[in-house]
Amino acid sequence: MIEPGLYHLLFISAALFFIGVYGFFTRRNLVTMLMSVELILNSVNLNFIAFNKYLWPNKLDGVFFTIFIIAIAAAEAAVAIAIIINLYRSHHSIDVENAEEMKF
Amino acid sequence: MPNATYIALIPLLPLAGFIMLGIFGRKYFKNTSGIIGTTLLLVSTGLALYTAYGYFFEYGKVDGVYQKLVPLKYTWLEFSQGVSIDMGIIIDPISVMMLVVVTFVSLMVHIYSLGYMKGEERFPTYYAFLGLFTFSMLGLVVSSNIFQIYIFWELVGVSSFLLIGYYYDKPSAVAACKKAFIVTRFADVGFLIGILMLSFYSGTLDFNTLIATLTSPESNGYKTAAAASFMGVSALTWGLVLVFIGGAGKSAMFPLHIWLPDAMEGPTPVSALIHAATMVVAGVFLVARLFPVFAISSPGALSIVGYVGAVSAMIAAVIACTQTDIKRVLAYSTMSQIGYMMFALGVSKYGGEEGLGYTASMFHLFTHAMFKALLFLGAGAVIHFIHSNEMKDMGGLRKYLPITHITFLIACLAIAGVPPFAGFFSKEEILLAAYQHNPTIYWIALITSGLTAFYMFRLYFSIFWNKDASPSPQGEGRGEVHHGEGGFAMMMPLVLLALGAAAAGFIPFGHFVSSDGKALESEFHLQFSILPVALGLAGIFTAMLLYKKQNDKPDKIAASLSGLYKAAYHKFYIDEVYLFITQKIIFNLIGRPAAWFDKNVVDGLVNLTGNTTLKISEGIKRIQSGKVQQYAIYFLAGVIGLALLFIYVWK
Amino acid sequence: MNLLLLILTPLLTAVAVLLMRNATQVRWVSFIGAAVQLVLAFALFFAFRNERMAGNTAEMLFQIQYNWFPAWHISFHLGVDGISIAMILLTAFVVIAGVLVSWNVEKMTKEFYFLLILLSLGAYGFFISLDLFILFFFLEIAVIPKYLLIGIWGSGKKEYSANKLALMLMGGSALVLVGLLGIYFNAPEKTFDLLTLSKSYIPAEVQQICFPLLFVGFGVFTALFPFHTWVPDGHSSAPTAGSMFLAGISMKLGGYGCLRVATYILHDAAKDYSTIIIVLSVIAILYGAFATMMQKDLKYINAYSSVSHCGFVLLGIGMMTKTSMTGAVMQMVSHGLMTALFFAVIGMIYERTHTRQVNEMGGLLKRMPFIGTVLFIVGLCSLGLPGLSGFVAEMTVFMGSWERPDTFSRVATILSCLSLVVTAVYILRAITKTAMGPLKEQFATLTDARWNEKLAAIILVVGIIAIGTAPFWLNDLINPATEIIKQHLMIPTPID
Repeated sequence: MIEPGLYHLLFISAALFFIGVYGFFTRRNLVTMLMSVELILNSVNLNFIAFNKYLWPNKLDGVFFTIFIIAIAAAEAAVAIAIIINLYRSHHSIDVENAEEMKF
Repeated sequence: MPNATYIALIPLLPLAGFIMLGIFGRKYFKNTSGIIGTTLLLVSTGLALYTAYGYFFEYGKVDGVYQKLVPLKYTWLEFSQGVSIDMGIIIDPISVMMLVVVTFVSLMVHIYSLGYMKGEERFPTYYAFLGLFTFSMLGLVVSSNIFQIYIFWELVGVSSFLLIGYYYDKPSAVAACKKAFIVTRFADVGFLIGILMLSFYSGTLDFNTLIATLTSPESNGYKTAAAASFMGVSALTWGLVLVFIGGAGKSAMFPLHIWLPDAMEGPTPVSALIHAATMVVAGVFLVARLFPVFAISSPGALSIVGYVGAVSAMIAAVIACTQTDIKRVLAYSTMSQIGYMMFALGVSKYGGEEGLGYTASMFHLFTHAMFKALLFLGAGAVIHFIHSNEMKDMGGLRKYLPITHITFLIACLAIAGVPPFAGFFSKEEILLAAYQHNPTIYWIALITSGLTAFYMFRLYFSIFWNKDASPSPQGEGRGEVHHGEGGFAMMMPLVLLALGAAAAGFIPFGHFVSSDGKALESEFHLQFSILPVALGLAGIFTAMLLYKKQNDKPDKIAASLSGLYKAAYHKFYIDEVYLFITQKIIFNLIGRPAAWFDKNVVDGLVNLTGNTTLKISEGIKRIQSGKVQQYAIYFLAGVIGLALLFIYVWK
Repeated sequence: MNLLLLILTPLLTAVAVLLMRNATQVRWVSFIGAAVQLVLAFALFFAFRNERMAGNTAEMLFQIQYNWFPAWHISFHLGVDGISIAMILLTAFVVIAGVLVSWNVEKMTKEFYFLLILLSLGAYGFFISLDLFILFFFLEIAVIPKYLLIGIWGSGKKEYSANKLALMLMGGSALVLVGLLGIYFNAPEKTFDLLTLSKSYIPAEVQQICFPLLFVGFGVFTALFPFHTWVPDGHSSAPTAGSMFLAGISMKLGGYGCLRVATYILHDAAKDYSTIIIVLSVIAILYGAFATMMQKDLKYINAYSSVSHCGFVLLGIGMMTKTSMTGAVMQMVSHGLMTALFFAVIGMIYERTHTRQVNEMGGLLKRMPFIGTVLFIVGLCSLGLPGLSGFVAEMTVFMGSWERPDTFSRVATILSCLSLVVTAVYILRAITKTAMGPLKEQFATLTDARWNEKLAAIILVVGIIAIGTAPFWLNDLINPATEIIKQHLMIPTPID
């Protein structure tokens, strides 16, 4: 069994990131898009943790950042869901394609 | 010394009349405005006569020379050191003479208009405008500063405009007033540039200083002005010729005369005042005012004055022979007579015996004012009676209008140069001056004087004789309706002016007015007078043969001279030439392209800038699709692009 | 005399207008505000004269200075000389007349008056600023209301005109800003202060670049050829008071700026560019006049004639002699009064006949003697009749221009003299067709001016006649100021 190292973690993080990006670009449902964004954020978290552990094991900066991001992600999710609910109320749909009032 | 207040009051009283009647006339002086205007002018006339008496007989002469006095001078607008427009009064023989002429004729016209214009709706306005005109004209003649004269010059122009356009609902009157203003304006630009040139070289705008500088060969101004040349002509001559263009415009000299006949659209008394006796001689006055400069420093410019005058006199006389509108005949006759005054100045020299032309010109100006005003006022009485300007509607009126008939006859004799009427004396002097200095002009003048007698008597016979006893189809029965000749107010000026026209010639004019201020003894040459008088009588006789009785001889003669007659009848097509130049060339070749250029090129460029901006934004606005995911892709692409740039290009 | 009053009065009036409840109150408050402005302007004029007579020869009087933004050396520096006073008097006259002729505006009266007063605030501020930054600040204040005035209360293709005007003027002020910054960063002392800058040496290369920027920038305001196309469209679409303010005040901001900022501070470059300015202004004079000849709409006639008349302002500045610059300032005052009056009269006629086409009118003098007479007065003033202000101003420009003895200036002067004839042609055409001739049937029941219109017209006519018959007071007022500018121009260019 191979001891998991930094590269493995980074690979997982990158995969997670691109899955999130793919989801964000292709999904029309806002909730799914929000979930994709969470994936992206978590890939970043993973990065922080990994670098913290393997490069500066004596420091905790990466962990702090991760905690910050989790906190902010929670707040962001709350705001995003509020927006989605409002959008649903006005458009009776949470499909992004229907919400393009902001175009030129 | 002259009393500046009194002299200043002469022009200011009519101005007061203008302001009062112009602002309040409509409401408060509906009926009394004529009396008010006339009274004010009566006071002015009194003051003018008083001034004239004082100047000529009490204080004007010092050591036998009439002085140029400046009793009043006020800096109105200072441009730079020494160059300023001053409002001043200059008192010298010609200005005093003009003061008397202007106030007197204006007074006559004021009185005459009381009868002639009675019942007009805009009666107060009429008197207000008369006041404005009189003020401007008086201001013009007493101007001590060349810019001051320009100011009043424009003001007489505008009062003439307002009075010609008095019947403003008549399209022909509107067209005429516009034409008069624009043609004289065109000439005035020449005058203005002339002023700029003269003032630049002399370093002043004041007449006395200007004349002194430009006539003394030692002065710097004279030297630079004479040395600077353009197209081989000295700057001084250019300046004077330009000033003369202004004078020619106002005095209706060929080829700037086209406005004068049309100006007859104004009320007849106005024609008498402005377009016969006073304003149109302003050009002559201007040349006379600057005469020393013309005569001493630029004989070239002066000879131009002479030839323009002579040509105008001749052309106008020929045209006058063919016109049928009586006021137009008089208008051309005015132009012709002013031509006389102009060439008299043109052939004159400065000082002593040589300056006879100057005296003669001023003398003719004086007598002409009398008889020409009389002719117009007489014509006014006829028009008032018959309600038409056309000769063919008239004839045999001597029974209906006895006073008008007699006074008109006196005026005709005067203008024809029959002794002992006023015109004879002044015209003899002019002819003599021309004979002494310029034979060409003399012969032109001689022929013109014969023509003058002919067309004036053609007019006289056509109005008062010709078709016996039947006034006109229109006029029939109107004699009773229209209380004959038009009352005391209209007859008194006729009689007074007739006295003037008959007797003014006996004034020893040379004693008072001469080129250098010294008295000039005018001699009377009997032999010399024979030819002009004979020619005059011949003219009268011919007119009598042709027009005293109704016959077809005039038509036959006209037919036999068809080409010339037609050309003269159409005023030698000068109007048409002007019309062509203005309508076709200036409007179509300058105005229209300018407007087109502005609308399409200049404005087009501005719009093009705007439209290009719009087009570009139209193109790039599609990026703002409103789709979140597209924005995210751009974002990602941007990030990747930058990352690649940083990694591979900028390292 | 505290110059802050000139800014505070319109400011307070504007605030008061916003607080009013109905249109009548708004009108009266604005009228009173405008009247106070007029009184203040006269008080300032007399205070200034007294100071000068008492021997105070300082360049700028009644100076006030507050620190405004010390980090960038911007100070709120006010002060006046003769030119400013002439401009302030002009503004006060036009404002009160504009308020009076707008008496019948029913649509959004409060906002309309607010904007008018705001515009006057900008103009006053502009004319008394001695600090280039606040000068620019007030310039911008004066631009914005015009956009709204035309866009909301205008007529015809108002959106187009409003856009065009605002964009061109904004473009002009952008150039001005660049020029000002160029001066600021290159002057020996970093400052926006006009007086300091005028005395310090700005490097020649900087002058060469900044002068055209400033001159063209301000020139857009005063219809410098070929940046004049906003003038016809803007004026013809604007409401009456809008046109009056636009032509009477706003176009003067440009002329004042060209003289006070561009020519005064950058005097070395000014001399080099003089030829170009003269050429452009002569083109504007003649070309504007010929283009006017072809117009049929009264407002277009006056707008194009403004292009021609403002050409005299630029000609006077370009000739750079003392007399010609005095003439330029006089022409600004004269043209401001005259053209404001002209637009007022056009507004009155339009309100009654519902047309501005000269061919459709005729004989109006019969039904409207007052308006007709005023039309004559203003027309005659425009064609330069002595006794009215236009003559004095134009003649001063001509006399000043003729002082330059070179052939080029001579030709330029003669060409611009010729415009006098063309002016006579189009003015007479316009007023005879409108006021004279037979009365058209459909106009048989028109009424003459009301009290407010009469008062407005009389105020402006008095101004015109006061300058025309007694120009010496204006001349004495302006001359010392132009003398100083002239002396600046005479400083020889240092060789570095």
